[in-house]
Amino acid sequence: MNYITEIFSYGFMQYALLGCLLASIGCGIIGTYVVVKRIGFMAGGIAHSVLAGMGIAYFMGASPLVGAMISALVAGVLIGWINLHWRQHEDILIAAFWSVGMAIGIIFISRTEGYNIDLLSYLFGNILLVTTHDLYLMLILDIFIVILVMLFYRQFLATAFDEEFSRLRGINVEFYYILLLCMVALTVVLLIQVVGLILVLALLILPAASASQFVSSIKRMMLLSVIFSALITTAGLVISYEPDIPSGSMIIILAGIFYILSIIIQGAIKKFGKN
Amino acid sequence: MKNIIEIENVSFAYTRAPVLRNVTLIVPAGEFLGIVGPNAGGKSTLIKLILGLLQPDSGTIRVLEKDPVQARPHIGYVPQYPTFSRRDFPINVVDTVLMGRLGFSNHLGGYSKADREIANEAILAVEISDIAKRPIGALSGGQLQRVLIARALACKPEILILDEPTANIDMRVEEDIFGLLKQYNKHMTIMVVSHDIGFISGYVDRVACLNQTLVCHATDAISGKTIEELYGAPVRMIHHSHPH
Repeated sequence: MNYITEIFSYGFMQYALLGCLLASIGCGIIGTYVVVKRIGFMAGGIAHSVLAGMGIAYFMGASPLVGAMISALVAGVLIGWINLHWRQHEDILIAAFWSVGMAIGIIFISRTEGYNIDLLSYLFGNILLVTTHDLYLMLILDIFIVILVMLFYRQFLATAFDEEFSRLRGINVEFYYILLLCMVALTVVLLIQVVGLILVLALLILPAASASQFVSSIKRMMLLSVIFSALITTAGLVISYEPDIPSGSMIIILAGIFYILSIIIQGAIKKFGKN
Repeated sequence: MKNIIEIENVSFAYTRAPVLRNVTLIVPAGEFLGIVGPNAGGKSTLIKLILGLLQPDSGTIRVLEKDPVQARPHIGYVPQYPTFSRRDFPINVVDTVLMGRLGFSNHLGGYSKADREIANEAILAVEISDIAKRPIGALSGGQLQRVLIARALACKPEILILDEPTANIDMRVEEDIFGLLKQYNKHMTIMVVSHDIGFISGYVDRVACLNQTLVCHATDAISGKTIEELYGAPVRMIHHSHPH
């Protein structure tokens, strides 16, 4: 316990912890929708195409995070819109956004004067470098996500559960689909701070998938996912500190272990319940 | 008595091959209509046209004297069971039935007290109050089908449309569900798609046989010959007796 209090006596570690907790809120809520709606790879496409926005912003001397947010939203709307009109090409579409986005980003970064940027921290995240400014942005994104989900909870639930029936009940299914992808895009930006854009997908999906093993309502799944991702990110932060391992990678490995454990535990509960 | 559904000379094709050709069908208020026909005969397509999910290539469809899309609030729809494969979705029976209330109350936030009461009535009507809190993943096929019927009833519909409600469900449950529908038929128009003409003819007023084109028969006029014409091959007629 002393070890933990000692770690968090440093200012940058307090910031890092706060960053992890803020990211967990958006991650748990939106991760739940991504898992039940099975749009994991769409989220992956959005995450990777974000490098384009980051690269362009860096080239223009603007904040890479703002660039990330703009490109994530553009990618979300475009992937959603194109997918609604050419449904059969979903996998091709995602692959295209995924790699073309990254290619654009890398070209702009390589063209930037005084190329000394820590590209690795965008790709793999570095929560230890999070600033007050970043934390405020994360807080605003969280508030935005929570408000939207509270306002349109029924619509998101219905369209995720049964699109055809929702349409018959007068819900604009396309609108909520694209709105959801935009919220996924904002969550990706939140999580890039913690684990970087390459590892985002795992942190978005694994805590929610673990939670889905134990609950049978969306609200509880969201709550449990938030708790799971807060636990996973905090533990990753603590464990990676002493041996100086990249915290983002440690967090993702923990998320993977956590997921496997939750499947095993769920299996054991079922077996035990039958006997 | 007014007509609930008026379909006139409707043709439809997804690609080039026609799925429906010159289909005309009038459904008067209070009727219990069965639609039968071979697979790929256009049954589900006809339902989608009535629901306004598809637009006819030619001909007109009026539902409650309105455009199908505008008539949607008055239609309760029960989707085809095998295509409804979200059994792993984390949701319980009550929350599923409540979805029938979407589009009737305010758009923001949760359901109103009145919505919950109506959903509760629907749950009582299909006799599933004992499993109301259960996750849908834990239900049997017959129970899930009742949940989907309750969700459609929660719309307080004037017309109930069911697409193969008893596919993959055992015979005893099938009889229960049709018995239930027969009761609702006292105050609403019901249209049910089925593959089993022998079975439904014991319940419905009229059978529409659909295989690209549509032919209607009063149930007492159904014979092996009609079925043979429809399927293009001799089939064994299955006889059931039902107490009414």
